[in-house]
Amino acid sequence: MSYLLQRLAHSLVLLWAVVTILFLMFRLMPGNPMAAYISEALNDEQQQLIMAQFGLDRPLHEQYLLYVWNLAQGNLGTSFFRREPVWSIILSALPNTLILTMTGLVLAYAFGILAGAWLATKRGTLAEGILVPMALATRAAPEFWLGMILLTVFAFSLGWLPAGGANSAGMFFDSELHRIFSRDFLLHLILPAVTLALYLQGLPLLLMRSTMLEVLHDEFVTMARIKGLSEWRITLHHAARNALLPVVTAFALGLGATLGGNVVVETVFSWPGLGRLLVTAVSQSDYPLAQGAFFVIAVVLIVLNLVVDVLYGLLDPRVSHGRS
Amino acid sequence: MAAPDMAASRAGAAPGLAGKLARLLRDPFTVAGLTIYAVLIIVAVFADQLMTHDPGDILFRANGRVASNQPPSAAYLLGTTNLGRDVYSQLIGGSRIALVVGFTAAICVAAFGTLIGLLAGYFGGKLDAILMRLADLALAIPFLPFAIVLAGFSRSSTTNVIVAVVLLLWPNTARVIRAQVLTVKERAYVEAARVTGASDARILFVHVAPNILPLTFLYGSVAIGWAILTEAAVSFVGFGDAKNISWGYMLQDAFVSQALSRGSWHWFVPPGLCIILVVIAGFFIARGAEDVLFPKLRS
Repeated sequence: MSYLLQRLAHSLVLLWAVVTILFLMFRLMPGNPMAAYISEALNDEQQQLIMAQFGLDRPLHEQYLLYVWNLAQGNLGTSFFRREPVWSIILSALPNTLILTMTGLVLAYAFGILAGAWLATKRGTLAEGILVPMALATRAAPEFWLGMILLTVFAFSLGWLPAGGANSAGMFFDSELHRIFSRDFLLHLILPAVTLALYLQGLPLLLMRSTMLEVLHDEFVTMARIKGLSEWRITLHHAARNALLPVVTAFALGLGATLGGNVVVETVFSWPGLGRLLVTAVSQSDYPLAQGAFFVIAVVLIVLNLVVDVLYGLLDPRVSHGRS
Repeated sequence: MAAPDMAASRAGAAPGLAGKLARLLRDPFTVAGLTIYAVLIIVAVFADQLMTHDPGDILFRANGRVASNQPPSAAYLLGTTNLGRDVYSQLIGGSRIALVVGFTAAICVAAFGTLIGLLAGYFGGKLDAILMRLADLALAIPFLPFAIVLAGFSRSSTTNVIVAVVLLLWPNTARVIRAQVLTVKERAYVEAARVTGASDARILFVHVAPNILPLTFLYGSVAIGWAILTEAAVSFVGFGDAKNISWGYMLQDAFVSQALSRGSWHWFVPPGLCIILVVIAGFFIARGAEDVLFPKLRS
């Protein structure tokens, strides 16, 4: 329990630090921050409104307190371009991003773990000679480029799958749940999720393979072999279970890169998620929206890491909670 | 009979950096990685000679029309873009940016991470606690969004991409270096140096640092790939430096110019392959270096 509280406190301090950096980043950019905030396209009245909303005429420390106070109340401000509360724009994009990320991660780790375990039993074969360099190459490839290739093949050349977006134009749904479980949405999800999975599978595959190679020489595996168990049973039930822990650690550490990396995959597939929102907001100098999107990505990241940390402690009793 | 003995005794007598380096050069992965880097450097240096056209020039055909969307041919080795620019020449020119971005960022990451790791590990205490909390913080910030905001809001410069990479990537190096320093500083020769009255600075840079260098090298070589991938991603979402036609910029150009629906493979496949090659070179070198320098890590 005290471990939980300690982790929670740690996460809160991190969150506060990220918020502060965010504040400084958006306000202390080279050049005049006012120039970016108040574009010439806005009339006097709008300019006054923005000045009042953000207290930009006040000294920096007052601005900072106002900013933190607003955030603490869940007020992310109003988008310059859409004239809507940032919060509601983000809420409509968040489910798309979370679904895409989770689908990609699950596909990648399911495939990577199984393929890695299988490859460990195939040392020196042709399969190893082909698949290991392939895994390395997909890890080295830019995510968005993998997306571009898949898009060209499956959407433009073969015409099997839609080229972008999360839903076809003109589709209406009774509720968010209906939308997400519609055939239309799932068809749109395939290419971006596979792109993400393709990029991510290299790490679990290589890691699983190398830890399996270690584990397969351990005594308990030899013991299982003496007992006459089938190779597949030995691989899955005895070796894989013990090789999984480093993969789980990698999964946790990889969350951040995955969530951040989504930005480019969402751009390739015009996927209406948080990452694409951030890119659009930055290119339109829509500071409140960009700041809000970045903030929410950071929060999701911190929360996920906290959850994984706690779960990890529960799953593996060997992890000492006394330290750290 | 005598020669192998000589070699063996020499290797036994000098298990230091030189011996390890020689073993490193016998590792096929390392050699492959180093070869790719060598080719990159040569292409970047001789880019002006290798280009067939100016990468920014709009080219015209004999009949006076813009040579747009040309397939690969003798005149345009990898075809042209939709605005009639030579893809091959852009690809060659892009090697310069990859080289500058990759190596500058990698050197900064390695140097900065090593320095912080050395200080935190050697002095410990409060300094260590502060530096490691900073590392936690840098790792908690979403990497690519940070780079995009930094590059996007300060009006697109390659420098900002490098700054973003360095700001968020140093903790990985620093943590590993710190752990290594903690073990090295307990060794007898460090103790001996202390007893003879050597200053902290001397112990740190003369006795401890040389033992850390291989790790610095290892993390630096991986950082090259990260920096190039980051530059490509930032360029791809449209915040790259338009003055520098990088591989990422080429891919963005192809993407927004409908090269995908036209099936202009000659345009968007080569830059991606170049990025993969350079990034994978870093992986190869890191892998080879790990095998040779730290056999325990992979046993």
